[in-house]
Amino acid sequence: MLLSSLVAQASPLSEQQVSQLQGLVSQLNPIQQAWVSGYLAASAQLAGQLAGQLAGAATGVPAAASAGLTILFGSQTGNARHLAEALAKQAQGKGIVAKVVDMAEYKTTQLKNEQYLVIVTSTYGEGEPPENAIGLHNFLFSKKAPKLAGLKYAVLGLGDTSYEFFCKTAQDFDQRLAELGATSVLPRIDLDVDYQAQADSWSSELVTKLEPELKAASAPSAQVIAWPRVDSPGADTTTDTASQYSKQQPFAAELYTNQKITGRDSTKDVRHIEISLAGSGLTYQPGDALGVYFNNDPELVRELLLLTAIARDTPVALSDTRLTIEQALTEQLELTQSYPAFVEKYAAATNNVALTALAADKAALRAYINERQIIDIVRDYPGLLSAQQLVDALRKQQPRLYSIASAQAEVEDEVHLTVGVVRYDAYGQPHLGGASGFLAQRLAEGDKVKVFIEHNHNFRLPANDDTPVIMIGPGTGIAPFRAFLQQRDANGAAGKNWLFFGNPHFTQDFLYQLELQNYLKRGLLTKLNVAFSRDQAQKVYVQDKLRQHGREVWQWLQDGAHLYICGDANRMAKDVQQALLDIVQQYGAKTAEQAQAYLDELRVAKRYQKDVY
Amino acid sequence: MSQYPINPDLVAPGALSDNERLKAESQHLRGTIAADLKDEITGGFNGDNFMLIRFHGMYQQDDRDIRAERTAQKLEPLHNVMLRARMPGGIITPQQWLAIDKFAADNTIYGSIRLTTRQTFQFHGVLKPHIKPMHQFLNSIGIDSIATAGDVNRNVLCTSNPVESELHQQAYQWAAKISEHLLPKTRAYAEIWLDDEKVETTEVEPILGDTYLPRKFKTAVVIPPHNDIDVHANDLTFVAVAEHGQLVGFNVLVGGGLAMTFGDNATYPRMADDLGYVALEHTLKVAEHVVTVQRDYGNRSNRKNAKTKYTIDRIGLEAFRAEVEARTGVAFAPVVPYSFTSRGDRIGWVEGIDGKHHLTLFIENGRVLDFPGKPLKTGLAKIAAIHQGDLRMTANQNLIIAGVPAAQKAEIEAIARSHGLIDDGHSEQRKNSMACVSFPTCPLAMAEAERYLPELVTKVEALLGKHSIADEHIVLRVTGCPNGCGRAMLAEVGLVGRGPGKYNLYLGGNREGTRIPRLLLDNVGEADILATLDGLIGRWATERSNSSEGFGDFVIRAGVIAPVVVPKDDFHS
Repeated sequence: MLLSSLVAQASPLSEQQVSQLQGLVSQLNPIQQAWVSGYLAASAQLAGQLAGQLAGAATGVPAAASAGLTILFGSQTGNARHLAEALAKQAQGKGIVAKVVDMAEYKTTQLKNEQYLVIVTSTYGEGEPPENAIGLHNFLFSKKAPKLAGLKYAVLGLGDTSYEFFCKTAQDFDQRLAELGATSVLPRIDLDVDYQAQADSWSSELVTKLEPELKAASAPSAQVIAWPRVDSPGADTTTDTASQYSKQQPFAAELYTNQKITGRDSTKDVRHIEISLAGSGLTYQPGDALGVYFNNDPELVRELLLLTAIARDTPVALSDTRLTIEQALTEQLELTQSYPAFVEKYAAATNNVALTALAADKAALRAYINERQIIDIVRDYPGLLSAQQLVDALRKQQPRLYSIASAQAEVEDEVHLTVGVVRYDAYGQPHLGGASGFLAQRLAEGDKVKVFIEHNHNFRLPANDDTPVIMIGPGTGIAPFRAFLQQRDANGAAGKNWLFFGNPHFTQDFLYQLELQNYLKRGLLTKLNVAFSRDQAQKVYVQDKLRQHGREVWQWLQDGAHLYICGDANRMAKDVQQALLDIVQQYGAKTAEQAQAYLDELRVAKRYQKDVY
Repeated sequence: MSQYPINPDLVAPGALSDNERLKAESQHLRGTIAADLKDEITGGFNGDNFMLIRFHGMYQQDDRDIRAERTAQKLEPLHNVMLRARMPGGIITPQQWLAIDKFAADNTIYGSIRLTTRQTFQFHGVLKPHIKPMHQFLNSIGIDSIATAGDVNRNVLCTSNPVESELHQQAYQWAAKISEHLLPKTRAYAEIWLDDEKVETTEVEPILGDTYLPRKFKTAVVIPPHNDIDVHANDLTFVAVAEHGQLVGFNVLVGGGLAMTFGDNATYPRMADDLGYVALEHTLKVAEHVVTVQRDYGNRSNRKNAKTKYTIDRIGLEAFRAEVEARTGVAFAPVVPYSFTSRGDRIGWVEGIDGKHHLTLFIENGRVLDFPGKPLKTGLAKIAAIHQGDLRMTANQNLIIAGVPAAQKAEIEAIARSHGLIDDGHSEQRKNSMACVSFPTCPLAMAEAERYLPELVTKVEALLGKHSIADEHIVLRVTGCPNGCGRAMLAEVGLVGRGPGKYNLYLGGNREGTRIPRLLLDNVGEADILATLDGLIGRWATERSNSSEGFGDFVIRAGVIAPVVVPKDDFHS
């Protein structure tokens, strides 16, 4: 928020305080401002904790009591979590008692006590709830779900319109809460990838609606209660406030290393990327992701401008800023992933009848944009439109998240990634992924890349170093497990480590082979099983290796092992889950239903975690 | 323990080398090879198995061209194995040839068949999953690779003489018999590779011993006056003695060998000594006990001094002979005079005394592969598909299409010509040049050999042309390291690899292969080598005594370099 727009009515400050603050800030340079911001945030947090404790002590009920707003998030990449937190802040700014809870952490028995509930959730895969929302989703749709007649709720959905089941999970929650008798206080909103502005206004509207009722229901209005940390207790030491850098304000980090780690005859181009976080104050835990902003391929921008006959220096407006179309296309807009809204807007702007007809048929449109980048659509349907129309048709670039492949205990202020370069020929032209092409091809070592840390509290090593872990990470899914192993190594953890890895060819695609061989030799890796699918006539995958070792997998689970899956969501994660169910059924002598319940229990106990995409 | 009394004074002192430990612990060459085959994490073999697979005819190698690249990629070296078949005398049937031709195409990285100086073929670049199927495949066509590497008697050579067909046939049969007789008796090969059942027997190795030989052991059968197998490169050579075209006995030579170690003057190439003549019926007994004497007296402490040649120089030829005589009960008769007059293969057609025709094909570097414009491998497969006789790999890395009826000559020649297997443009120089495999597969290579030879020959051809003797030739051999596969230590001009682009230049061997060359230039590049050769070839062209004086003889006579007479004493001086 800009200080110039800070008015007393929207803030808890008095007019005099606002004017004093404005006076001070006008004298500060950006570095001083950043320092003051950090200072105030830290002291506010401390004060908040104190206030929370005081409140608890005074009323004799825990701070998590239901006399306020409960915001639950179901998040795969962290976006829903961020929105939930922002909403809570906004509410707290109005003196509302609000708390944010990870759905995976939420006690479903608490549900019947809630009075005001907000659900912020994404959807993933083919309309499925994100990993941390599965439990609550299942519970609500089960017979155990309580009547919720007294509950007032609102739902915000995050999704991507290029998928068929856009915001399905949000719709599920909305419909189910209504069925259970709850009352919607604000119609659900389903948001596309470019969600920020609409999310902000929906949140404001919601807070405005709830303010009179909740203020009355809340403890004294001056009280500020810090929302509980969403981390699993004790497991995390990192906080977002440790650094001034965030998704909104990414850190310009130096690229140290860009090393291809597939062999010269591989069909895949996978890069080991090392980035310096030196000076950023950014910290991360194994399991976290790195958000990466990128510049689009200048060649792509050049061709797009050529096809639309737009001069590269044409000025355009984008969220209140003026810049050239070339800058906008290169730095701000999404050009590699296509989406239905673009087709609709582009068809309208170019008055293209055929494309308009295509856009009207949702199924056909989805099939059409699948694997097509923006440039392919424009190549197929070249047309003239203004620079501003082009900008308005495109959505803002979203940073890409990569599971971090290193542990700071080992690499200190570096962060490592395992990046599969998206590169394919289609429609007679070579194609390159936006972020992966940027990292692997366009960025030179020493160049800067804008990054931030996206914590993933639902993908964490066991708190107890003695607990065995089974890690299933084919392809680039190995990334977080490299981080896990580095961490367990640094901790001198006694727990056993078992890794399943797979890829097409042993000689070409055995990612981090030398490191893993070394870990195996040193005993850090207790077991390493690999599946190279295309080295023999019959394809072999990680799930086949799991089944092969089913008895032992079951034994490890009996011994308390945590299970982790990382990698492809659509096929691998499902096939692996089925293999796990089969193993539990066979060696645990269970029915299919009991096996499912067993895995559900593991998930609830945070012993079965997925980072799939 | 030996079944013979050992004279402790003649045993090399010192602690046993680690190779002796691993052989002793290997359970007759089994080690844990079978378990390693199931290890999916590495393409290589672990620990002792790395050495033990050699006794089964394989070397672990990797593509050295991309070793550094793969390390940066966090990938292990591209481990694979080279397989060396056991083909006594180098004879292979057309059916077998067609089968190995297909295997090489389907299951090896390089897709080639490599003919070698040990008169056999090698597959290069076999990945782990293909190894066991490879042995089963070879077994199905009657070929094995037992003991073609390691501390054992290796593939037995035999002069490729298609003209004297009957004598060759007899000599060849002895080569095969010697090979069989000296094979390890362990069932390890059949168990590990052919899934034969484990038999609960107490295995013994009556000839090779439970810890096998101190070092590799090479045996050959030669039919004078042709020295194609290079007698002085072998630990044991049986020199055929014939009467009226029939084999009657052998002169026995021992103690040849070419390997040495740079910087270690206690190592040197050495010519073989005459033990004497034995009648035919004693052949196997003599072969067996030359081996057992070397087994019992060879140096098991220092592997660099473990070969038969060093044993003889240490205990003396007389003591060696006496020990063999005592063990065999056979007294060596005086040597029946013999001499060698040639070494290279006669490229082209010859007619044998049996009226059959034989076509010797020059295969540069012995590399059978389809090259641009020269589809050698396809051509050979086409010939094998119609050929009724057999194929013979020579110790010069060439191939003989043997036993062609007159009626089929034209057809076979037409295939050979159209596939680059007969090339009238090949100079005498090219036909008399040879190189070992070296880069990228050989782990010992220090400098290029096979990949460098063709262009080096072209440059030497130019020098010969410059001095107006373009039809002449020099026996030129390049070997990538001092271990001797390319037999540069019996060349007129020998290059031994020192480092990338750097060689030692040796001069003064002779055309017949009966003299070891001496070091002229140490660790030099091509420019120095060619400049030196330019001057010396110029002198040779004008100063040679007659047109039959070879380059090696000339440089000795002209005093350019002193001859090596007793290598132990004068090779390094």
